[in-house]
Amino acid sequence: MALDRRLFARWDTAVIAALAVSVLAASLAVEGFASGRNAGFLVLDIAAVALIALPMTLIIITGEIDLSVASTLGLTSAVMGHLWVAGLPLELIVVLCVVLGAVLGAVNGLLVTVAGLPSLAVTIGTMALYRGLAYVVLGDRAVADFPFSWTGAATTPIPGTPIPWIAAAIALLAVAFGVVLHATPVGRALYAIGAGGQAAAFAGIAVLRTKFWLFVTAGAVSGLAGVFWTLQYASARADNGYGLELSVVAAVLLGGVSIFGGRGALPGVLAGVVLLGTIRNALRLADVAEDALTVVTGALLIASVLAPNALAALRGRRRPADRPAPGAAADPPVPTQPSTSGPTRELS
Amino acid sequence: MAEPTAPAAAPPAAPAANGRAATKVRRVRQVRELGILLALVLLVAVTAAANPRFLTAQSVRDLLLGATVLTILAVGQTIVIITRNVDLSVGSVLGLSAFATGSLFVAFPDLPVLVAVAAGTALGAVCGALNGALVAAARVPALVVTLGTLYVFRGVDHSWASGAQINAADLPDAFLGLSTATVLGVPVLAFAALAVVLAAGWYLGSYRSGRELYAIGSEPAAALLSGIPVGRRVFAAFVVNGALAGLAGVIYAARFGTVDATAGTGLELQVVAAAVVGGVAIFGGSGTVYGAALGAALLTTIGTSLAVLRINPFWQQAVVGLLILAAIGLDRLLAVRTARRLRGGAPRGA
Amino acid sequence: MTIDRVRTGATAATALVLLLASAACGGTTRGDAEDQAAPQATGQADPNAEIPAGLSVAFLPKQLNNPYFTVADAGGEAAVTEYAGEYREVGPSEATASSQVSYINTLSQQQTDVIVTAANDPNAICGALNQARQAGATVVTFDSDTDPACRDLFVNQASAEGIAQTQIELISEQIGGEGQIAILSATPNATNQNAWIELMEAELERPEYEGIELVTVAYGNDDDQDSFQETQGLLQSYPDLAGIVSPTTVGIAAAARYLSGSEYRGEVALTGLGTPNQMREYVEDGTVEAFALWNPEDLGYLAAWAGAALSAGQITGAEGETFTAGRLGEYEVGANGEVVLGPPTVFDADNIDDFDF
Repeated sequence: MALDRRLFARWDTAVIAALAVSVLAASLAVEGFASGRNAGFLVLDIAAVALIALPMTLIIITGEIDLSVASTLGLTSAVMGHLWVAGLPLELIVVLCVVLGAVLGAVNGLLVTVAGLPSLAVTIGTMALYRGLAYVVLGDRAVADFPFSWTGAATTPIPGTPIPWIAAAIALLAVAFGVVLHATPVGRALYAIGAGGQAAAFAGIAVLRTKFWLFVTAGAVSGLAGVFWTLQYASARADNGYGLELSVVAAVLLGGVSIFGGRGALPGVLAGVVLLGTIRNALRLADVAEDALTVVTGALLIASVLAPNALAALRGRRRPADRPAPGAAADPPVPTQPSTSGPTRELS
Repeated sequence: MAEPTAPAAAPPAAPAANGRAATKVRRVRQVRELGILLALVLLVAVTAAANPRFLTAQSVRDLLLGATVLTILAVGQTIVIITRNVDLSVGSVLGLSAFATGSLFVAFPDLPVLVAVAAGTALGAVCGALNGALVAAARVPALVVTLGTLYVFRGVDHSWASGAQINAADLPDAFLGLSTATVLGVPVLAFAALAVVLAAGWYLGSYRSGRELYAIGSEPAAALLSGIPVGRRVFAAFVVNGALAGLAGVIYAARFGTVDATAGTGLELQVVAAAVVGGVAIFGGSGTVYGAALGAALLTTIGTSLAVLRINPFWQQAVVGLLILAAIGLDRLLAVRTARRLRGGAPRGA
Repeated sequence: MTIDRVRTGATAATALVLLLASAACGGTTRGDAEDQAAPQATGQADPNAEIPAGLSVAFLPKQLNNPYFTVADAGGEAAVTEYAGEYREVGPSEATASSQVSYINTLSQQQTDVIVTAANDPNAICGALNQARQAGATVVTFDSDTDPACRDLFVNQASAEGIAQTQIELISEQIGGEGQIAILSATPNATNQNAWIELMEAELERPEYEGIELVTVAYGNDDDQDSFQETQGLLQSYPDLAGIVSPTTVGIAAAARYLSGSEYRGEVALTGLGTPNQMREYVEDGTVEAFALWNPEDLGYLAAWAGAALSAGQITGAEGETFTAGRLGEYEVGANGEVVLGPPTVFDADNIDDFDF
């Protein structure tokens, strides 16, 4: 366990180091990268992913996953457009949208905790359901006549800096999530749940209730991201944020969170989000085609899970199986042996 | 992925169960598959009642053809999911294989169709082998690896195609003819999909190595201890799935005639959905390719039915979502009931 | 545990400092782009102004892997080469507005002189385009316009009226002036598609078309498979359908392929906007009688010249100004800052082999 923690702490540091290196390299080698305006653009590019990555980190640490976040974003965006057309004041709409997000998250939470269904399957289902409802609400229309005082505010910089306001919101939320995860009993409980659900339950942690509220939080934050997305692009559409769930999951995993739960930290995740954003931004400025960006994203993701294993192998140490293997993938190495020559046993 | 929060969702399908229990479990599976079949029949019946044209020969051919690609992908995905893994890269593999097949015909217009089919399938197998090697040998979680290769394969496809598109005019008539050819009024491609389903179903059900896949998915640690070459089996499952995705890519090219770098984008979640609707447990160890194939057919038919019934097409995705939720809910219910009966010695029935 | 937390805190601080540092070191140079006076901001057109050598022109299509835009952008490249500018083509691999915004920001950061783009959403890329214009870029839209407030010129492929008239004329001829027709469109939000559909509906009101009934508009999302299945759905839902109009190159090709392999070939008429290379096979096998399109290469070519003329100050985008677009000759800026390429070309079995795009 101790060894593992150190290994992952190192991965955390490695991602941050990689971020530092790529920021430096890009500043030196890519014209136009090291400028305030560009930093502002970068923040806007990663804002939605950064927001949703916060609750996603907590969920994955408990060993669950939520693939419906991007659809929640789309549905809140669609509802926002619908309510705006219906004549509601924008202040109220924003509150309603966040509440709607929380409700959608609660549906996921109930299905996972009360009905006991696997979150991967549940959220694939609600991913389709919420996106479908978004189309039902707004159909093929786009609502675009939001007042400029609002849409502009989403992208205007904090006075005296080139960084847009949304960065402050992300920072605030990140600190809140960071404190909860790394400095409170709740955070420790999340790791305990992820490390082994039943053990955590025996240790007196309300596993199901904790998970339920995590899904609610993820929904609410996704709703908030939906509001922001709508204002940023001044366009409420049912297809907003399509496919974003994979970007979020990729960033979280790149940040060193184990897909099996129990391991990972928020700074690494934030570094992962910014790293992906930086690389994309720098490569785009350097006129590298989009397909190369796609390959880089995928390769980084694979590297993020491959590297810790490779490191461990290099040190000649085998990761201790500190908890029941969650899947064939995490099994101790399988010695490739010639098939057993003994009498074949009947299996069925 | 995480373990289910509650005790294992489905009892181990094969090795641990004694004869009677195994029979019971099998019966539950059959009930489950009959359920999907019933839903499918009902859907077709309702749609046909509303619009008899839904059952004309042309329309039925369209339905069968439409389900072909998804069915083949769902079969491959099932084989992987049974081992408690998942392959999210299938959409990208399909795209890559479809474009490769098209490019092959552009370069060699006189190429025999069978060679192209073999080439596309082989390319898919290579992609699958890469996934399998990373999962089985490097021991990294399948969800992460295949999410990574989803991006990598798609990126390779894009940079290869670089804005080009394969048009029907570039493909030989013999190849395009695959999609219109029929035997006894049934499209040849539908037969191909059926053959894939039957072969995979027979292998998983009757071969020792096939049964071992279930054992791996039910309890990997136990499977390893009982001497099953887990790594090799998992690797093989990924290769087979890759090959089937490659084959699906070839069929995609033949059926649609137009192929660009975006072919098959976003298909992966639809495929997983088809398997889940078909009763394949997302945490492995349970489910059959027959169920997955029925799931694929059901998802395809819903799309067409809604259009024919003139239901607002925007409802389609929402309906699919509800269907997935209903399917996993049903599975859970069946699993709990079976577990209770197995434990308490069924007081009635069986 | 405490050490872990300290380390976590330290790494968090490092990440934050890095981010701020990368932002701050450029802070002093902020606004340098704004200092460059936008050439067209003078408000005075000088028809004799020279196009500066090395003018950087970037084409940002709806998406990169769309053959239509590949051809249009090639036309742009030809024009840029003629006036010795620097040509670039960038773009997302998926046709979404949000990814276009990222590219517009990048182009603006690179101090590109002319941005030529086809909008995925008329409003969503507006803010980014205006920021780029404030930074000195000239913005020309082609194929799909944005809100006129966000661009300097729109190069229209054909007047919307011309396109609507041509298509209704074609379908009316092909179905003998009587029967049900359906429209197979691209995405429901596509500006140009919706404008054409509206005008086609108006066109159908005219007495000579009173025998024709438009039963529905279906959306294939400019996706091959979706369009294919939508066609299939149309034919099942409307047994008496006499013809389909698909004003999108992806849609008409998919519909043609479906019809050509089905029992409806020759029974149900199909026309719309398509490229000769995609449609050649279906014209030859009799699925399609005639269809129309402007020449996308000319469209890109004209857009590149228009951008250069604006950037050089030959025109300001005001109605009535004229400029010369290389081999295409002289063009006049119309109302709302629109330049129209010309009437669409109709392709049929007799002339299709004269075109290669």
